[in-house]
Amino acid sequence: MGRMLRLVITIAGKDLRLELRSRTSLLSAAVFAVLILIVFNFARDPTAISTIDLGPSVLWVTVSFAAVVAMNRAFNVERENAAFDGLLLAPVSREVLYLGKYLANVAFVLVVEAIALPLFVLFFNLDIAHALPGLLLTLLLATAGFVAVGTLFSAMVVRTRFAELMLPILLLPFMVPPLIYAVKTTVLLFGARPLSDVAEGLRFLTLYDVVFITLSVLLFSAVVDE
Amino acid sequence: MTADLGSARAIMRRGALITGLGLVGIGVVMVLAIGYTPVEINQGPAQKIFYVHVPAAFTALWIAVPATAFASLLYLWLKDPRLDRFAAASAEAAAVFCGVVLSTGPIWAKPIWGAWWTWDGRLTLTLFLFFLLLGYQTLRAAIRNPLERARFSAVISVMGLVLLPFIHLSVYLWRGLHPKPIVLKPSAPSLPPEMLKTLLIGIACALILYVGFVTCRYGIQLARDLKESADAA
Amino acid sequence: MTFAEPPLVQASGLTRSYGAVRALRGVDLTLHSGEVLLVLGPNGAGKSTLLRTLAGLLRPQGGTVTVAGRRLDAGDHDARRPIGLLSHQSLLYDELTLVENLMLAARLYDLPDARHRAEAALDAQGLLGRKDDRPRHLSRGLQQRAAIARALIHDPRLLLLDEPFTGLDALAGDRLRELLAAHRTPDRAMVIVTHHAAEAWDLATRVGVLVGGRWAYEAPRPAELAPFHLTYQEVARG
Repeated sequence: MGRMLRLVITIAGKDLRLELRSRTSLLSAAVFAVLILIVFNFARDPTAISTIDLGPSVLWVTVSFAAVVAMNRAFNVERENAAFDGLLLAPVSREVLYLGKYLANVAFVLVVEAIALPLFVLFFNLDIAHALPGLLLTLLLATAGFVAVGTLFSAMVVRTRFAELMLPILLLPFMVPPLIYAVKTTVLLFGARPLSDVAEGLRFLTLYDVVFITLSVLLFSAVVDE
Repeated sequence: MTADLGSARAIMRRGALITGLGLVGIGVVMVLAIGYTPVEINQGPAQKIFYVHVPAAFTALWIAVPATAFASLLYLWLKDPRLDRFAAASAEAAAVFCGVVLSTGPIWAKPIWGAWWTWDGRLTLTLFLFFLLLGYQTLRAAIRNPLERARFSAVISVMGLVLLPFIHLSVYLWRGLHPKPIVLKPSAPSLPPEMLKTLLIGIACALILYVGFVTCRYGIQLARDLKESADAA
Repeated sequence: MTFAEPPLVQASGLTRSYGAVRALRGVDLTLHSGEVLLVLGPNGAGKSTLLRTLAGLLRPQGGTVTVAGRRLDAGDHDARRPIGLLSHQSLLYDELTLVENLMLAARLYDLPDARHRAEAALDAQGLLGRKDDRPRHLSRGLQQRAAIARALIHDPRLLLLDEPFTGLDALAGDRLRELLAAHRTPDRAMVIVTHHAAEAWDLATRVGVLVGGRWAYEAPRPAELAPFHLTYQEVARG
């Protein structure tokens, strides 16, 4: 067990170090998020829709698109010099490989969200301090869910011809349930509803996470073992 | 595997025959729907599309999709290419039936509810299923290696199957309704016998069509696989 | 030759197809510690497929591979421990330094004191001075050396080499040959896939010619290379 954890951290750490060195994905995802926020800001009519009503949707659209951009990198980096073969050769189980990649991806997407969230608050001039703990929890749970599926799918699409396009095509239906619950929960949070009201949404997100992380771990070997 | 082009063509012919039979059946259903069944009091003549819509929805959701997912799971275990061909054929058939549901749905909805599309829970689920099936086809088209294609398709189908209940739950939440079971019961609790008979015939014909499509498509895929390997060798 | 202990590598009935292209059609292989098998054959004969199957990177559709008494199986990751692979790709990450790449490998193989092992492995290849450089800043010959350091860091009992001499100049080739000769100890075995028998002839104890996914020839290495060329021509014609 300790060995598994150590290996997961080694692999996740390797990915984090690689990304920090090249920074391409992180930057593209962050820039993308900022651009979406700016477009939304200019595209809406402030007299027609209040920011409190539009806010949650804008936030979650931004988060999900940026997440897809960030996740594309996960297996691209393994293609250079057939580095992934090095991981597959080692006496490391496929579950551990998946979890290492998954953790690194969650970290990246959380970083992009950490950049997008303050900008969102700034551009939309929202006072959501009261909602912050609940919102952070929702962000974490929803991210954990779609990154689980995204990590598995990016391992598949990396060798297809239109990898950057294939990932969103395959992934978006899987992002809809967590998005629906995340948006609903965010609406309740912004409306200053107590945490007990949002419990149902958080429970659903947790269920989604547990089911899809487990399933992705189990199916990873079918994807990477030829 | 000693299949050859001849047997592939034989399968295609058989499939075409069964499909033809199914189409004739659907024609009969439509005639019955127009002439034989009574007009529903609340919904008027537009309701008659129900005899096509419901069988298509039932076949897609309860026959084609589970068959695809089950064949995919078996493929992951047994690695038999015939399972992959069947899964792909069944997925295409499912997509066709979903297409029928999604086109007859608005035709039914417009005269009754006044709008082409209403984000009705079941229709929305079918829409997402359609997107999943499109994704499945797109993925298959993008992979050349047949072993990889089979494996990846199987993974996507299993994930897609598990996703369906989550979509069902979340769509109902979004609509602010409590989840209802997706059992395709007609609006009235009991149907007059003419309606019931026509509906059952409709379902039987849809099933025949499904078998026909899958057989035909299986044959086409087999022929393609044989050609692909003949080219490669 | 007769051997006292069980073979290090035992493969029987290996088959592998891609669609209907049959890359391996029932290949058997037995290799004892101390042996070096040279695998020759025309392009598309299945040599790389065989090597990758022995490495555990490909699952055979039929047949099994056993290394050091353990069957190579998707579920048994530990069975891969004694295996090392040197292919024409370096398996190194371009954005990690050499020492970071090697430390990663050391950790993946559960070696204690990863940094020390990594530096020792680099030193053995004369690369200690370049340990903080990234692979893309090295010449092909030095990259190959870094790849060798990575492949050998966990002291694999079974070393698999896929056309290791490709792209190496005469000097680098000689150096590799010396290294492999030094690596050849009684408790280790090697399988070398190559296009040119001369490159690794002196190292080999057995020679196999793979044609159309099957052994067309598999025997202890003949004494002389020159006469073997004729045998090879006949046999490779299939």
